[in-house]
Amino acid sequence: MSTLVYINSRNGLAKNALEAVTYGKKLGQDVVVITTGNAEDAVLAKLGEYGASKVLVDRSVTNDDSQQLTRVISKATETTGANTIVFSHDLVAKAVAPRLSVRLKAGLVAGAIAVPNGDTVKVNVFSGKAFGNVKVTSATKIISLLPNSIQPEAIGSSCAVESFDGEAGTANIKLLDTKVPEGDIPLPEAELVVSAGRGLKGPENWGMVEDLAKVLGAATACSRPVADIGWRPHHEHVGQTGVAIRPNLYIAAGISGAIQHLAGVNGSKVIVVINTDSEAPFFKAADYGIIGDAFEVLPRLTEAVKKFKSSN
Amino acid sequence: MKILVCISKSPDTTSKIAFSDNNTKFDENGVQYIVNPYDEWYALVRALELKETNGGSVTIATVGGAEDDAVMRKALAIGADDAVRINAVATDAYAVALQIAEYAKSNGFDLILTGKETINYNGSQVGGMIAEALDLPFVSLASKLDVNGATASLETEIVGGVQSVEVNIPAVISCAKGMAEQRIPNMRGIMAARTKPLTVVEPAAIDTLTSFESYELPAAKSACKMIDPANMDELVELLHNEAKVI
Ligand SMILES: Cc1cc2nc3c(=O)[nH]c(=O)nc-3n(C[C@H](O)[C@H](O)[C@H](O)COP(=O)(O)OP(=O)(O)OC[C@H]3O[C@@H](n4cnc5c(N)ncnc54)[C@H](O)[C@@H]3O)c2cc1C
Ligand SMILES: Nc1ncnc2c1ncn2[C@@H]1O[C@H](COP(=O)(O)O)[C@@H](O)[C@H]1O
Repeated sequence: MSTLVYINSRNGLAKNALEAVTYGKKLGQDVVVITTGNAEDAVLAKLGEYGASKVLVDRSVTNDDSQQLTRVISKATETTGANTIVFSHDLVAKAVAPRLSVRLKAGLVAGAIAVPNGDTVKVNVFSGKAFGNVKVTSATKIISLLPNSIQPEAIGSSCAVESFDGEAGTANIKLLDTKVPEGDIPLPEAELVVSAGRGLKGPENWGMVEDLAKVLGAATACSRPVADIGWRPHHEHVGQTGVAIRPNLYIAAGISGAIQHLAGVNGSKVIVVINTDSEAPFFKAADYGIIGDAFEVLPRLTEAVKKFKSSN
Repeated sequence: MKILVCISKSPDTTSKIAFSDNNTKFDENGVQYIVNPYDEWYALVRALELKETNGGSVTIATVGGAEDDAVMRKALAIGADDAVRINAVATDAYAVALQIAEYAKSNGFDLILTGKETINYNGSQVGGMIAEALDLPFVSLASKLDVNGATASLETEIVGGVQSVEVNIPAVISCAKGMAEQRIPNMRGIMAARTKPLTVVEPAAIDTLTSFESYELPAAKSACKMIDPANMDELVELLHNEAKVI
């Protein structure tokens, strides 16, 4: 029996792809990777270092159409005889994994955060306020791993890359245009995040947030009202109704810490809260707290990080 | 244009999350159920707007028991024309999706809208599953939706940005933030909702592929370490040496 791992290699090997292969390896079976697109063989071969024995690539599919990807992964499942299929729970997986589940009649565990215990896999539920243990009863299983749940582990050496015909068929969705702001670190993948809320008073004050993010190499985020009033773009909004993130470090300035905000960030490993109000609920969820004015603390923290970076 | 909007209930976002029966059941004590925000604010409201400009009808569907009627009436109060409850326990996403697909198959909808995810199980599964069961295109996490004749134009979230796509209808679309503005039901809507048709249909025989065995609450955070706002060097030092995150 083997494990099939789908990775999106459109922008090279993202960290969440390496996590998925590492996770696949931890399931204890032979790991084959399936991907599509134009990544070079030499790049894909590196997945062997994380435990893949082989990479199959269908170069005829160059977009992320969920019907085409479903057909390709389904065919690869058949070819490899895999009984487990692993995804990274990103935007592509959210469209493809459910389709595959119906096509293969394979139970889907969406948002796994740990290696299975027998047939049972731990996931986040209630927007990160609790965990659930999901049992899969079908013979074939699909597990979609929440990004940043495990660290990639390089253990082996490069592997073979074979071209694969997944009989993708045609795409029904016509792609017209893609807008990805350049230079930004995509929020769902960021390991460090600097975030701010209504306490910053207006969009003109976000320079201090961006400065700190820049010296740290962090992504920027915001609370919902800040995105709603248009101070910041919608894709920065974190929380129950926005993006859920689990970075190593989340710095929140001028955010009260409402339960709906916490729902999107309480998977963060370390939380730093900067707030003028010592009673702000966010301090209860924080590891480090600073009772102070963000307008003074943020620039001071930026200087301190700069000093640290130049001496390390 | 006939639009089907899939509606689920979710606990009010401020609900205290607790479990009973040896951590195997969600403790509903004192929990208020609301229409899942994505289903209500985005999918349903956009469906109503499309009906207002293009004509047609908006039907809501829920897989659930009689206890879900109250939440369905709330969705009717916002403006849906009629409601269908598929009378089955929502055991897992697969079963829910296949029940809805079965119903949709015999009723010919031009668009099937779901929310981005339910805020209790956060699976983002049901929409894609319905699409596969009906062999329809699935546009996930759409933040904009317009329909012109047989073509839907959409914007969807992609990692770090947005993309614009077009698809022929019928199609299944999961709806995210940006698609519409929340509507507050008025008194007339609430009164009208009481008499709108809510049909109960019997479920098809469908398997369940997954089940929740148990739940856990996260370990309590240890007390927050307070740091002097004048001393950010100390914070940096702690983040480096103690927390090891920078
Ligand atoms: C169904 C539902 C879903 C929701 N989903 C989300 C979600 O996904 N994400 C989300 O964020 N919210 C969400 N909300 C809204 C949420 O309840 C809060 O209203 C929101 O998070 C508050 O944003 P805020 O902390 O930026 O603003 P406020 O609550 O106004 O807090 C501002 C904070 O800044 C502090 N402050 C003021 N001046 C300074 C200063 N100079 N320096 C430092 N601190 C200062 C204040 O003490 C205060 O704590 C949702 C609400 C509902 C009902
Ligand atoms: N029991 C249900 N009845 C009808 N629609 C549902 C049900 N559960 C989920 N949905 C729909 O599917 C979407 C995604 O749910 P989920 O896959 O559970 O995150 C929701 O936003 C609803 O639109």
